[in-house]
Amino acid sequence: MVTLVAGHAQGPVLYLDEPLSFWGGVDITSGTIIDSHHPQAGQSVTGKVLVLPHARGSSSTSSVIAEMIRARTAPAAVVLRSRDPVIVLGAVVARELYGWVLPVVVVDADRYERLATSTFAEVLPEGVREIGPA
Amino acid sequence: MALQLTADDQSMLAGEEGEGVALAMRVLVATAEAMGAERLLDITSAHVDGCLYHGPAGLDFARALVTGGARVKVPTSLNVASLDLLHPELVRLDRATADDARELMDAYVALGCRPTWTCAPYQLPERPRLGEQVAWGESNAIVFANSVLGARTERYGDFLDICAAVTGRAPAVGLHLDAGRRPTLVVRADELSADMAANEALYPLLGHVLGQIADTRVAAITGLPATTDEDHLKALGAAAASSGAVAMFHAVGITPEAPRFSELAGMETVTVTREMIEEARRELGAGGEDRVDAVSVGTPHYSVHQLERLAELLGGRRCAIPLYVNTSRSVLDAFGEAEALASCGARIVTDTCTYITPILDHGVEVVMTDSAKWAYYAPANLGVRVVFASIADCVESAVAGRAVTTW
Repeated sequence: MVTLVAGHAQGPVLYLDEPLSFWGGVDITSGTIIDSHHPQAGQSVTGKVLVLPHARGSSSTSSVIAEMIRARTAPAAVVLRSRDPVIVLGAVVARELYGWVLPVVVVDADRYERLATSTFAEVLPEGVREIGPA
Repeated sequence: MALQLTADDQSMLAGEEGEGVALAMRVLVATAEAMGAERLLDITSAHVDGCLYHGPAGLDFARALVTGGARVKVPTSLNVASLDLLHPELVRLDRATADDARELMDAYVALGCRPTWTCAPYQLPERPRLGEQVAWGESNAIVFANSVLGARTERYGDFLDICAAVTGRAPAVGLHLDAGRRPTLVVRADELSADMAANEALYPLLGHVLGQIADTRVAAITGLPATTDEDHLKALGAAAASSGAVAMFHAVGITPEAPRFSELAGMETVTVTREMIEEARRELGAGGEDRVDAVSVGTPHYSVHQLERLAELLGGRRCAIPLYVNTSRSVLDAFGEAEALASCGARIVTDTCTYITPILDHGVEVVMTDSAKWAYYAPANLGVRVVFASIADCVESAVAGRAVTTW
């Protein structure tokens, strides 16, 4: 595992079947996925341990992450399959401005697949712990 | 290997150049680590797209840099913003958002950036040379800098671009390094070559297809005609950076670094067919509508040559529907014939663009454009339907007040 932004958070797991562009793909005020082409469209990322391969699309995703943290609609934590500087950048800027930590980690393929069937997870600086399925 | 910082980097991080520079360095270091960089490198210029207003956090960040006494260390141009300062009556933002958008623009100028307000910084008088390390934001500018100028930038964007500018440093990864600029894919446009020489609308369509094929990969394109110019490559790159995440391509026989990578045998190869171009046209709404309520051109910002061409095609005729022309204040100055375009009914937009801020007249539902990038983003951003067409068809449609499609 690689920790990109160290922190501690827990929440229900939202596992995305495809990468997500936060810019144009997530509503900042509600935290809902609004990209109608996305398999998880209509679900809220707020407070979730959000599991996705990586972001896609515009670099403005960094701004959207920072705005969501400011608006308290951000995920509790982000678990990635590959390094994603665009998500990290939004999280780091918001940590600087608002003191709010959005932990971001990269996990290996086994762990990533296990999260597909988990309901609840905890993200720590040293690892990810699945708490569900209940 | 972990990120190694120089003594100068460490001193910036420790706040010896002020809290604003330290903030920028913290953000730069965290992101460089996330990218897997082993060191930072010096840059000679920056192009910043953080001046477009997305919300309060972007403004809070700019304010923190200004309050912390940060100033850019390298010549830094600014991308489009949310307002047209030369034609303020064109933009219909609510008062509170417009005030915040203006404060954001002022903050970036206070950091020492030049108020260029253009997505086409490569059309400004000074531009980076072959091999120069730079940090540019804005996807179309990034692909142009890497591919056409041979300058070296990664995909920078909000926050990171200004952090690179005020520290003069960037992560030594990806397209900054020789290895990252090597093509891993060949895209053959040979079958289209004769058509492309006769119809420039094929360039953005080829770009749209390239983005879908390559996504983040560097492709070597073969078969572009010898008449290919910078406006053509601009349209191709902007389209490829919209439908995909293309940050660099090589056009064999045309772009400066293509000769370094002449060994293409054995590489994955995709041949672009006329059918693929037709499919791209359909995806971008070409020929789908008889009705057109407005025409928008100049995404990326039109060059002097493109404005001259537009004036020539209009030939003094009056437009029946709004014709929006996006360009930069610098190009508009050099062009010098804005009055002639305006007298035909063209609405010249500077400093911003018609797809990112409310400019189009109320009630506009169908818009024709010669830009694949505009056609890609406008439906979601503005809720309009789009019709992609050549610039000649755009002009005829604006004059006729309905869709005129010759191809």
